[in-house]
Amino acid sequence: MLDLSHLRADFPILDRQVHGKPLVYLDSAATTQKPVQVLDAMDDYYRHHNANVHRGAYTMAEEATELYEGARRRVARFINAAAPEEVVFTRGTTSAINAVAYGWGLHHLQPGDRIALTTMEHHANIVPWQLVARVTGAELTYLPLTADFRVDVGAIGDVIDSRVKIVAFSGMSNVLGTIGPLAEAVAAARAVGAISVIDAAQLVPHHPTDVRAIGADFLAFSAHKMLGPTGVGALWGRRDRFEEMEPAEGGGEMIRDVQLHSSTWADLPHKFEAGTPPIAEAVGFGAAVDYLEAVGMDRVRDHEREITRYALDRLAEIPDLTVYGPDDTAQRGGAVSFTLADIHPHDLATILDQSGVAVRAGHHCAKPLMRVLDVPATARASFYLYNVPGEVDVLVAALHEARRLFGVA
Amino acid sequence: MSLDELYRQVILDHYRNPRRSGSLAAPDAHADGNNPLCGDEIALDLALRDGRVIDVAITGRGCSISQASASMMADRIVGKTLAEIDALTHQVKRLLDIEEGDPGLDPERPGAVLGDIESLAGVRRFPVRVKCADLAWTTLAEALAPHSGTPT
Repeated sequence: MLDLSHLRADFPILDRQVHGKPLVYLDSAATTQKPVQVLDAMDDYYRHHNANVHRGAYTMAEEATELYEGARRRVARFINAAAPEEVVFTRGTTSAINAVAYGWGLHHLQPGDRIALTTMEHHANIVPWQLVARVTGAELTYLPLTADFRVDVGAIGDVIDSRVKIVAFSGMSNVLGTIGPLAEAVAAARAVGAISVIDAAQLVPHHPTDVRAIGADFLAFSAHKMLGPTGVGALWGRRDRFEEMEPAEGGGEMIRDVQLHSSTWADLPHKFEAGTPPIAEAVGFGAAVDYLEAVGMDRVRDHEREITRYALDRLAEIPDLTVYGPDDTAQRGGAVSFTLADIHPHDLATILDQSGVAVRAGHHCAKPLMRVLDVPATARASFYLYNVPGEVDVLVAALHEARRLFGVA
Repeated sequence: MSLDELYRQVILDHYRNPRRSGSLAAPDAHADGNNPLCGDEIALDLALRDGRVIDVAITGRGCSISQASASMMADRIVGKTLAEIDALTHQVKRLLDIEEGDPGLDPERPGAVLGDIESLAGVRRFPVRVKCADLAWTTLAEALAPHSGTPT
């Protein structure tokens, strides 16, 4: 297996103990841990360069602006954007999708128009569209899943027709691990004149991502799921789509001129960055991107496929355990959802925690998907570049302990 | 080991074989309870006569602690007056450390005072799970509030 265990030394939190046991952190799909390089970059910013951006003529303001815009250039390069101004900093994936829903959807949708999603979406890629549909009279429609937990691309012809104006879908499911039908859905959207929006919160951190190769119109992701801080994320958009989008938020920083009764907007990307942005967080985001590039996203992906393969094989040894997601690691990422006999996932999470194992239990902000799977909740272990096979072994041992405690024969 | 104290046999028995499971055709009182954070749900039907609970039916789904607590509650409250139920509820909340004070258990005879409910005491060592054990009791108070005339 590709050994990235030397990287663990960069993550101070991985040394801590929980209930007297070494922490086994298997919840990176919720948020990742942060390397010292990210912590140091943010600390250095606050200690030596803190000033508001874009509006000071003094030295520190220039330094802060350069650090902030430097982070934008790094993030843009990381996803192969055509230009830095195609990257707008947001609070995260959720606010990025809302920006498209309110900035583009609200102004382009008509009654009877359709927004096509998939049934494996996170609430962040459902609820904003419901809100905008309610105002515009548009309707939501869904691509179903296949029995092996993939988006049913065979249904694209039935679902994505000329009424569809927006196709919004997950690049990688936070529950199933399933990689979304990037090429098929983008092509189908283009064929009917719809825009395509990718919720890439799980994709960008775990899979090399080239926005120009994918060919979508918008793509959203969060820093905190890729070694960066909370509170910042990115909305990438094609320049022409950004030009036809209205700002969802108004305020300082985003204007060219303000009159008493009307205003004009600043150029991209500032048009969509009202108010003082999360500067230190953006600096940390840039440092996280540097870290991932130094490791290499191909290696991140290879390591994740290997540890996911190992986890799927070890979990398959446990009687009465059901995994929800594709088995082929070429079609999935490292979020592994499962249930064990009649043990409720919350009980599983409590039991695993006593062994130092941090997993998530619940509906994972994907209640429609839980209904498709016909389960109230699942437990989810998710992996990142700092996880090692020995941690999977601790997970498996704790699951056997859960079977004993619940008397599962 | 504290996990063995949490997941006692009696809790697992109530989880797998919930007592008074179902619903009443014409309940005198009803409440739905849920913990949005973890998704535990119960729906509680009560039949009342002369200031007493004379029948209970519960449906629900969720973790073992939430469902076992609801099952134990259903077993315990039939035949009791609303005042007795109010006192019992406060006793359970003291047992769960939600309210301060001695729950008044008899250390010589475990189970003598609250019956199976005493087995929920292990949850005190798992603070994030206390809400699970409390769900049924909070829902019960909500269902009875319009009938009791006393704050719960």
